[in-house]
This record gives sequence, structure tokens and C-alpha cells, in this order.
Amino acid sequence: MSTPSPKEPLGRQDLAHLARLARLALSDDELDHFAGQLSAVLDAVAQVGKADTADVAPMTHAVPLTNVTRPDVVTPSLPRDVVLAGAPAAEDDRFRVPQILGDEE
Amino acid sequence: MADPQDLTTLDAAELGRRLAGGELSSVELTRAYLDRIAAADGVLGAYLHVDADAALARAGEIDAARAAGEELGPLAGLPIALKDVFVTEGVPTTSGSKILEGWRPPYDATVAARLKDAGTVLLGKTNMDEFAMGSSTENSAYRPTRNPWDPERIPGGSSGGSSAAVAGGLAPWALGTDTGGSIRQPAAVTGLVGHKPTYGSVSRYGLIAFSSSLDQAGPMARTVLDAAVLHEAIGGHDPRDSTSIDAPTLGLVEAARRGAGGDLAGLRVGVVRELGGDGHTDGYEDGVLARTRETVALLESMGADVREVSCPSFDLALPAYYLIAPSEASSNLARFEGMRFGLRVGDDGAHHLDEVMSLTREQGFGPEVKRRIILGTYALSAGYYDAYYGQAQKVRTLITRDFTSAYDDVDVLVSPTSPTVAWLIGARVDDPLAMYAADLCTLPASLAGLPAISVPCGLSDGLPVGFQVMAPALADDRCYRVAAAVEAALDSARGHRLLDELDRRAATAGAQA
Repeated sequence: MSTPSPKEPLGRQDLAHLARLARLALSDDELDHFAGQLSAVLDAVAQVGKADTADVAPMTHAVPLTNVTRPDVVTPSLPRDVVLAGAPAAEDDRFRVPQILGDEE
Repeated sequence: MADPQDLTTLDAAELGRRLAGGELSSVELTRAYLDRIAAADGVLGAYLHVDADAALARAGEIDAARAAGEELGPLAGLPIALKDVFVTEGVPTTSGSKILEGWRPPYDATVAARLKDAGTVLLGKTNMDEFAMGSSTENSAYRPTRNPWDPERIPGGSSGGSSAAVAGGLAPWALGTDTGGSIRQPAAVTGLVGHKPTYGSVSRYGLIAFSSSLDQAGPMARTVLDAAVLHEAIGGHDPRDSTSIDAPTLGLVEAARRGAGGDLAGLRVGVVRELGGDGHTDGYEDGVLARTRETVALLESMGADVREVSCPSFDLALPAYYLIAPSEASSNLARFEGMRFGLRVGDDGAHHLDEVMSLTREQGFGPEVKRRIILGTYALSAGYYDAYYGQAQKVRTLITRDFTSAYDDVDVLVSPTSPTVAWLIGARVDDPLAMYAADLCTLPASLAGLPAISVPCGLSDGLPVGFQVMAPALADDRCYRVAAAVEAALDSARGHRLLDELDRRAATAGAQA
């Protein structure tokens, strides 16, 4: 995966790498199934390369707006209990998360 | 005494008149819709969540306020359905995904709050393609929604629950969201009016984000006038959305009323060659092209000056969209990591945070969401960014230039809304490119951030066809004016609304069964 080459189908290994980057634990079946589908989609979207864009600036936004600010004042936050009620796990008025550091770290 | 059967077919404007005049109570009206939901939603699958008690309690409050002589707005007491992409305080919101099953948001989306303040009664949350990714509502993690015109067919997507609900008499009107066509295409294939507002003119605060530079909420209704009324109720500046345009949403209802008068003298209409014109008919059904030609002739007969215009960059709208939207989605959906809300999988003490995130997302997301996250991750990768995402953003500029030069010569652009009528459930479900082709005509306005409406223009093989009217930024009123003219002329020639044909067919089917 060094240079863009739409002719080259997306391999199973590339897909597994992208899935890791995106934090998706894909099954073997999914890897097989998606590899073909995504190669076809990539072929189609690679057509953007046909456009002559030598002097064209990218458009990041439909409506150009800059420096949207608001007054720097304190406003009420959502109640902690209400927010934690929607969390998968909470403890001591905080989100409880799984282990982040390894045993050896 | 109004017949409850009629209440579920009338337009919102008429229902509002009856409520204001005291001929009808909100409880009576809400109950009629809840009864219809109870009878029909088992088949249609339009709703993911209905709370009848809450709806009736809310309707009772409005009736009591009216009885007490309180000053109420024109929407007070009218039931409404919201696509499940809008967060609603205390009301389950899933965005069609298992990853948010059972989540009750702690706040209201701005548009939901505005409708609540206007006195509307929330009937429920409507089904949708997971995270609004799809054109058929088959990508819902819960169940497919069926088209009231033919339950074997799709209701369009991703706002297919809203389209099925409004067309099938399960809500008088509804809100959808449109990223690449998700209001207009479902409206087209169910015989409704659906409008995608100018990007930035309706708040995105509290919409579960799919593609932030494209997402826009808008109305889905039985008539152009109803859509304009609903649009004015939700539109306008919101300081909580940094892309919100600081301009009021005015003149849409007036434009709809004026358009219904049928005089389009002096209006310059451009028919886009690249959207179903000569040399660009691959994938378009003959019936769709025939209805489109007839509608263009109708505009001419009402005084419009019609010409063909060419927008060559529109041919690249589909590839550009399917790079930009998945790229933004892969970033937006990173927030679903199983820590702060929704599903968590594998938190058994043996798995680290990274593993829990991956297992949660593996189980919580469906196939189309995974495909788009991977595609977006790829398009944004170092070494690929310029060739894919960067190039797509440049194509977006080219599409906008085509629009700008077209609007030098014409006031509105027109095309079919979608190349085909509603297809059979299952026909495209495992062929992403075939599914994406449904968005061919709606994508250019999405990428340029421009307003566009779909209005019913007849049937093909007994199924509804939509006609799209696109306008320059913040000229949404032109869409409503032209759509209202088309609607009024066709209704008058037909002697009734297109949707009235659905009711008769449904009744016949019921009698035969």
C-alpha cells in the first residue's frame, strides 16, 4: 500500500490492516466478502482521477464561513447522572473503562 | 364528527385548520394515527419506537392549553414523526444501529426542540438505514421498511421509515435527513414531497453525524405547502451549529401558495443533460424519463422558458460523493467506541481498551457501515489522500462551478429525482454499486450544498416517480414555487392527489385478501 493504483484490487491483508486502523475486528468471512466488494467500489470512485484539476482548489465546505465564535461564558452542562445513565459502565461518578496499560507497562 | 379513516389521509394544513377551529382535538387526531400505526406498522415497519401514552399525554396538554384560551401556534396539536437520527431527550434514539440500542439521549436536537416548542406531538422515531447509509432502509439493523404502494418493494432510503409512515397514513408529516439524497429519493418512490434545504439553513445540532459537510435535515410531507410550513418551523440560525447560516427562513409558504397559482411566466428552467438527457440515459427507466419529459412540457405550458443545460462535472458526482461521505463517516463514527454511550462488548477484565473497542464496533456495526468506514479510512490514508479524498474535494469545486455557470442563465435546474421507481426488497442489498446508483441525480446538489426538492410527477408501472427542482443557495423558495405549480397542475388534471390512488389500491388489496 505505497502508491495509489486503482487497478490493483484491495487484498485481504490490506483490508485487515485498514480494519485494525479503524478499530474493527473483522471476521474471516467478512474479510473475504468485503475484499471483492470494496475493490469494485474503489474502481468506481477512482474515476475522480479523470478530472482535470490542475488549477482547481479543493472545496471543503458548501458554505464558506470563517471564525465562528461565541461569547466565552460558562453555560450549564448536562447533568452528570443523566449522562452516566447512558454509559455502558460507570463507577464513582465517572465512566468506567477497560484496562488501558498492559501489565508490563 | 370526522371519520378517523379520513384523518390519516388529510394533509397537515387541513388538520391544523380543524384543530384551530375546534372541530378536532389533538387527542382525537393523535389516537387516529396511533390506531393506524397499530394496524399497519406490523407490515410496513416504519417505526423503531412509538410511545402511545406519551403522545396522548402530550396531545391532552395541548388540548387543555387550547381550552384554557392560551395563544397557540399553527402547528400546535399536530402529530409528527422524526427519523431516528435526531436525538430526543429521554426517547430511545438508535440511528438504525445496534450500537445505540436502548440509548436514551440526555438532550434534544435543535429541530426536535423547535417542533416541541411549536406544540407538535411526537408519534415516534422512524426506521432508517444504519447511520443513514443506504438508499432502501434495508441497512437498518432492526428490520427493513416496506413501501405502502407495494409491500414487496423498498420505501427508499435512508429516510425510508419517514417516507413509509407519511405515505402509508402513519404520520401526517415527518422529518428526514439528506446527505446524498436521503430525503428526496424516499419521497420520490413513495409519492411524497421531500425537500433538502440549503446546507447550513437548518441546524445540525443533535443530528447523529454521518457526513458533516453534507448532512441536512428537511421536511417530508403529502403536499408542497405542508413541506414549506414544516421547513419554516425548523429552519433558521442556531448558534450551537457552527456551520449554521445566520439568516431567517422566510417566504417558503408564500412561494408554495404563489406557485400553486400556476403562473410561471418568465421563469427560466434548465433541464440537466447529464441527468437523464441525450447520451446519459444508462440506468434510467423509460417510465421515469417519460414522466420527466411530460413534467418539463407542463412547466413550459405554464409559461416557463425551458432550455437544456450541460453540467459535465456531474458525471463525477457519484465517485466524488462515495469518497467524501465515507471519509467523513470514518471520522465521525470513531465516537462509537463503547465507552460513553451504547454497546460495549468484551469488557471481561481480560481484554484491553483497544480490544474492547474493536469487539464493540465489530458487533455493533452492520456490513454497509463497516464497508464505508474501511473505504473512508483508505481514502484518508497517507499516500492515498491526494489521489482520493483531495481529488474528490476538487471535483466538488468543479460541480459547484457547473451549477454557478448554469444559474447565470436559468433560475432553476430540473431532472428526475432518481433513475428508477422503487425496486424489490433484496434486489440490490449485496451490490453496493447498484445501491449507490439510486443517488445519481441527487448527489450534485448535495455536494454543492444547494437546495433541491422532489415532487411527485406521476406513476410508472403503478409506482410513484419524483421530479427534482434544484435552486441556488438560499433560494429554497424557488424549489417550493415550481414544485407547487407542478403539484397543482397535476392534481387538477387528475382530479385528486397522487397519494389518493395509493389509498384506493390499498383498500382493494385489503378487500381481495
